[in-house]
Amino acid sequence: MHKILIVGEHDGKALNPATAKCVTCAKGIADADISIVLLGADTSAAAAQAAALAGVKTVLRVDRPENLHPLAALFAPQLAALAADYSHVFGPSTSFGKDLMPRLAALLGVPQVSDLMAVESAYRFRRPIYAGNAIVTVEADPARKLVATVRVASFQAAASGGSAAVESKTLNVSLPSHTRYIGAKSGSTDRPDLQTAARVISGGRALGSAENFKLLFSLADKLGAAVGASRAAVDAGYAPNEMQVGQTGKIISPELYVAIGISGAIQHLTGIKDARTIVAINKDGEAPIFEVADIGLVADLFQAVPELEKLL
Amino acid sequence: MQKIMVCIKRVVDYNVRIRVKPDGSGVMLDGVKMSVNPFDEIALEEALRIKERGANIEVVAVSIGVADTQQQLRTALAMGADRAILVQTDTAVEPLTAAGVFLALAKKENPDLILLGKQAIDDDANQTGQMLAAIWARPQATYASKIEIAAGKATVTREVDAGLETIEVDLPAVITVDLRLNEPRYVKLPDIMKAKKKPLDVTSLDALGVSAGILLKSIKTEPPAQRQKGVMVKDVPELIDALKKKGLI
Repeated sequence: MHKILIVGEHDGKALNPATAKCVTCAKGIADADISIVLLGADTSAAAAQAAALAGVKTVLRVDRPENLHPLAALFAPQLAALAADYSHVFGPSTSFGKDLMPRLAALLGVPQVSDLMAVESAYRFRRPIYAGNAIVTVEADPARKLVATVRVASFQAAASGGSAAVESKTLNVSLPSHTRYIGAKSGSTDRPDLQTAARVISGGRALGSAENFKLLFSLADKLGAAVGASRAAVDAGYAPNEMQVGQTGKIISPELYVAIGISGAIQHLTGIKDARTIVAINKDGEAPIFEVADIGLVADLFQAVPELEKLL
Repeated sequence: MQKIMVCIKRVVDYNVRIRVKPDGSGVMLDGVKMSVNPFDEIALEEALRIKERGANIEVVAVSIGVADTQQQLRTALAMGADRAILVQTDTAVEPLTAAGVFLALAKKENPDLILLGKQAIDDDANQTGQMLAAIWARPQATYASKIEIAAGKATVTREVDAGLETIEVDLPAVITVDLRLNEPRYVKLPDIMKAKKKPLDVTSLDALGVSAGILLKSIKTEPPAQRQKGVMVKDVPELIDALKKKGLI
């Protein structure tokens, strides 16, 4: 039996869907005994959601006021104390998990497998390197605890219907005061979350301005889609950083991805290659995006996008 | 603030389209252009800007790798680092080992700040900075898009999935940098000449007391699965038909 601890991500209210994808990844290991740990000031709501994920045996709550914000320097020593009972500790490959998990691994004195995309056995996994241009199979030593981040775009979310036991844990771990949370700024919208949306419309540099991105928002609202952007569009200031899709932004796997005015640089393609269907609209018929698109349309986006919105 | 240490990795240049070796033993590196990891270049640029704003700050560029890594450290010196240290080894170094090497250097150099890229574009591990901060028992601020230093503290704006987050850390600290922190300067010819005279020390893992064991075994390396090329439609109504056929709308 392999005892697997998943570090759950939440925002104080709801469980981040990345956690349910980590559960699916963990289920790929034979004889997995899966627990989720949640750290926060009050994890009751997230714990209820975590307990409902099918395949999860136990949900551990570590509630203390210092855990209000997810600071890696505070979370890692608490997780290190908990990890003793587990053979594997998984976290999502989100900005939360990528920040936290290596700090935990180093405290435990073990290596980390980043961006686990497929499970071959309890200690053998596949992961992308060189921006997804190569896939390496790595094997860890079963004598050591294994820490990994899970590439969430590679896994479906675990279904609900479970009823895990929820336990509150009190850890006698002293926390450093050298790291303090100041604040956050998010471009909160009513649109679906980019990382979990079934449909995503993304724009590139060809949009030409932040103003023109409104064309995409309007189309996205009609389709119930999230809106993303290429790195070029973000660098040009047309869209905020949290909208960036690609190797250094968000790696997503929607049912439908519509790339508008995006040429298809390799680092962008890395972020979308798990999408079920890719549609590309671009003026340049030679653009590399057409090499990966399931449906391509060579057209001026300023005509095609309003027409598409009208006809939908 | 007196000293900033910047960790630099020698990687395949980001413009090179890498190829997987037919025998699955890795990617082809022979004759391939090597460069400073682009994220580390941003880290160095930030160190130089902090130095240029303040007074009397020494910027030390450090790296781990084969003898030729001196080329990347010379680039760092040409950009403006004051001196460089190469921990020379022919063995591939994993993030946990790299963190151990940088810790050993940090103990010798006592920097107020260690800057490095959020990840290297070869193994894409995104681990070394966080691991270094953990074993140094110091704060970490990852994915920085803005750094302000004042009164023994760094206020760092971080690029996170939800947008931007700001944290404050006491120095010394480890900060890993993201793409939009700055745009690195171009190196000018006179700077390259000047860099030749700057000190570049070479040391070894043994001298630092760090062993480089293989913690994760690479079994095989393969090219990624390719997507099938799809169909081209001629206008928007055809596009809508195609989407309907796939049951997407």
